[in-house]
Amino acid sequence: MSRKNIVELRNVTMRFGGVTAVSELTMDIPEGSIVGLIGPNGAGKTTVFNVITGFYRPTEGEVVFAGRGITGMDPHRICSLGMARTFQNIRLFYNETALENVMIGRHVRRSGHWWGAVLGLPGTVREERNIRESARQLLERIGLDAYADETASSLPYGAQRRLEIARALATEPKFLLLDEPAAGMNPQESLELMNFIRQIRDEFHLTILLIEHDMKVVMGVCEHIWVLEYGKLIAEGNADAIRSNPRVIEAYLGEDVNNVAD
Amino acid sequence: MSLELFLQHFFNALTLGSLYGLIAIGYTMVYGILRLINFAHGDILMLGAYFVFYGTTLFCLPWPVAVVVAILGSAGLGVLMDKIAYRPLRDAPRISALISAIAVSFFLESLAVVVFTGLPRPVHQPEWLVSIITIGGARLMPLTLLVPGVTAILVAALLYVVYHTKPGLAMQAISKDIETTRMLGVSVDKIIALAFAIGSALAAASGIMWALRYPQINPYMGVFPGFKAFIAAVFGGIGSIQGAVIGGLMLGFIEIMAVAFFPELSGYRDAFAFILLVVVLLVKPTGLFGEKQKEKI
Amino acid sequence: MTASRENSSSFRNHTLTVLAIVLLFLFLWWADGSMAEDLGLSFLPEGLNGYEVQILNLVAVYGILAISLNIIYGFTGMFSLGHAGFMAIGAYVSALCVLTPDQKEMMWIIDEILPSLAALHTPFWFSVILGGLVATVFALLIGIPVLRLGGDYLGIATLGFSEIIRVLIVNATPITNGSLGIKGIPCHTDLFTSFIWLLVVVFCTVRLLSSNFGNVLKAVRDDEIAAQVMGINVFHTKLFSFCLGAFLAGVGGALLGNLLTTIDPKMFTFLLTYNILMIVVAGGLGSISGSIIGSVIITVLLEWLRVVEEPLNLGFVEIPGIPGMRMVVFSVCLLVIILYRREGIMGMREITWDGIAAFLSRFGRKKENRA
Repeated sequence: MSRKNIVELRNVTMRFGGVTAVSELTMDIPEGSIVGLIGPNGAGKTTVFNVITGFYRPTEGEVVFAGRGITGMDPHRICSLGMARTFQNIRLFYNETALENVMIGRHVRRSGHWWGAVLGLPGTVREERNIRESARQLLERIGLDAYADETASSLPYGAQRRLEIARALATEPKFLLLDEPAAGMNPQESLELMNFIRQIRDEFHLTILLIEHDMKVVMGVCEHIWVLEYGKLIAEGNADAIRSNPRVIEAYLGEDVNNVAD
Repeated sequence: MSLELFLQHFFNALTLGSLYGLIAIGYTMVYGILRLINFAHGDILMLGAYFVFYGTTLFCLPWPVAVVVAILGSAGLGVLMDKIAYRPLRDAPRISALISAIAVSFFLESLAVVVFTGLPRPVHQPEWLVSIITIGGARLMPLTLLVPGVTAILVAALLYVVYHTKPGLAMQAISKDIETTRMLGVSVDKIIALAFAIGSALAAASGIMWALRYPQINPYMGVFPGFKAFIAAVFGGIGSIQGAVIGGLMLGFIEIMAVAFFPELSGYRDAFAFILLVVVLLVKPTGLFGEKQKEKI
Repeated sequence: MTASRENSSSFRNHTLTVLAIVLLFLFLWWADGSMAEDLGLSFLPEGLNGYEVQILNLVAVYGILAISLNIIYGFTGMFSLGHAGFMAIGAYVSALCVLTPDQKEMMWIIDEILPSLAALHTPFWFSVILGGLVATVFALLIGIPVLRLGGDYLGIATLGFSEIIRVLIVNATPITNGSLGIKGIPCHTDLFTSFIWLLVVVFCTVRLLSSNFGNVLKAVRDDEIAAQVMGINVFHTKLFSFCLGAFLAGVGGALLGNLLTTIDPKMFTFLLTYNILMIVVAGGLGSISGSIIGSVIITVLLEWLRVVEEPLNLGFVEIPGIPGMRMVVFSVCLLVIILYRREGIMGMREITWDGIAAFLSRFGRKKENRA
């Protein structure tokens, strides 16, 4: 495969005090792919997300996005370069409507200034209308138009998850990170989610990295999977290779045994 | 500067610092548990001073009895304040409790203006506390030695309570994780009430000594010592009792010594603490002895 | 909703807004006492007396101040207690601008006034804007270091800065006349001035907050981390909101100084900030209409509460007045609000023409059903 890599992690290590959350992780994520990051609880998956999106500056190593080093860059700068994410525990703007949530996502792509809005300059007014219109269209494409004027906190759980994705898409990302998108979904919903993920990848020309505990989703949708345990990469490859990897089975069985003991 | 003069400044700073430290303990205990800046804490100090004033003048109580009554009364007020204004807001956003605290402070000050009138009142200083003695050439009042001494005793007693008794250990547990402690069967509300009682008692004690040291009381006398003591608590690392005391002492020294060495700064004395606060928060937000807390993403 | 209906409702809303403003000014014209005179209508009841006019003026000025704090706290979620400081800056700058050189020479007795300041003499409207701008500059200087702090630490730090500003005012006698304050400021803030300023402020803030920039402020308030992921520069947004709030606080302070005609450092203590904070909380954090309703209710309430301070004669007994009592009642009211109705009068809602129309039609339908 000669696809370009959109994101590269080179020997990324993240330490908090004495604890090493991620150690010497190297990942190459090809453009246009859907890939997964899995591992038992506390393996450091979300830490990897936080390093890529700029919330943590890695202790060692570097992160490259679209051919550009983004190590230590602020999250909002990284977003403006074309990266967006969702959170494990949904983080919507709960006092705002679904439409406003998506409109906030559009902000990073606007050019007008605040005084334009105060004075009602025609350019800013037009831009304002465009933001509202494109946010409405996005909600329609994601199938949330019925909720447009509802407060985000009043949306059902599944709709909140989708709204978080819609809001991320509003920033026009090239690369989207999804943190446990299937959490709390039943098998039917998970199946729909898989189709949904493929659909947005194709429609919005995305590369998607997801963290997921639902193995059906991961194995069903990801071309390439990385497995972390205690911050270390223990395996990588396609779904079949991961499924039959003895280290992976051990890591997951170990967790299961512990769960039973609890 | 002569050694004698320096010694005099030194003891003044020690006195002021001890007072800040005592007040700061109340802030740090409440903040450590509830993450609440108890804005009304400084007003408890004022009430403690007034209780003694009226106890001795109006009710003709002997001075020691008045002090005990004032401290117990303030402790009770602290508990009452928690029960009325803060406990109903435990599950509310943190900022609501903060506004409630401001309202309580506002209430206590206005009430004091009505009951005690807004006029500053002179405080009678017992003769033996203020008759000048000379130590190593420095002219001192026994009071300036008494205040640090009393503070040391109170702090030692408090540390014993916190580290060696059951309620004290429960208090520490609550500040680490309130929910788990509740599940372990600790009566969280009672322990919090205890923290308010102890903090208020210490504030009253420092208020009484404050009134002796700076012998004039008025309804707003607690406001600035309160703000500054809070800053001392942040400086020491909020949540840490030792930190509060040390932060208080350091603030006392900064205020006295800066003016002693640079008399032209005396007009700006009240600004030092706030500048210190900003510097501390920017350089080491956890203070000298604080623990790091990071928001989980 | 179809486009034509949207258009017709926006036409209706604009008409109603213009109508409301016209009504407001007719009322002010009457209240001012000049309507009867100007129109020669002797049958009109006389306007309000000077005391009532003063209250009306205060309502407008407090409205501006409440909006300014609401932008910082209610809309952007920054707990700032530095308002009195910004107001002091606005009031002093404006006073220095509108006083004549002779007045200033006479008044500064502790130290002589700086010659360049003594010569300064500008129109009133300019002095108000300049007051706001100087407050903004201070907000920038303060905001850059302290806005990185979260929540209640920010509250203490800003409170500290407002006290430092007060200390500076007391000490900088050649500029501020120190603790003596400034007296004899011409009373520029009449009813029309204060309400025109209020309308302009309301108009501009509503324009801003209803745009996507307003949504961005609210995003920072609701969840800073999510806002960063949305590409929002949280620090810049906070700084912007803080400076905007400070500008309006400076404007409000300037108007207040020109209304009261006397200013001194004691006026601008934390108690003044608390007053404004309480208006904002009572009205509703994150609601402009709430701030205006709050300023009407609280200003009127505070004046009305003067009754409890006056001696009461019941015929058989005479209850002596209790000075300071109204502040006690006031603080209890605030405590009750925060304990039992945390979101204030309006919560985050706004009063809009659409809302009123919807309410009226619902109300009408209910009546029909009952009949």
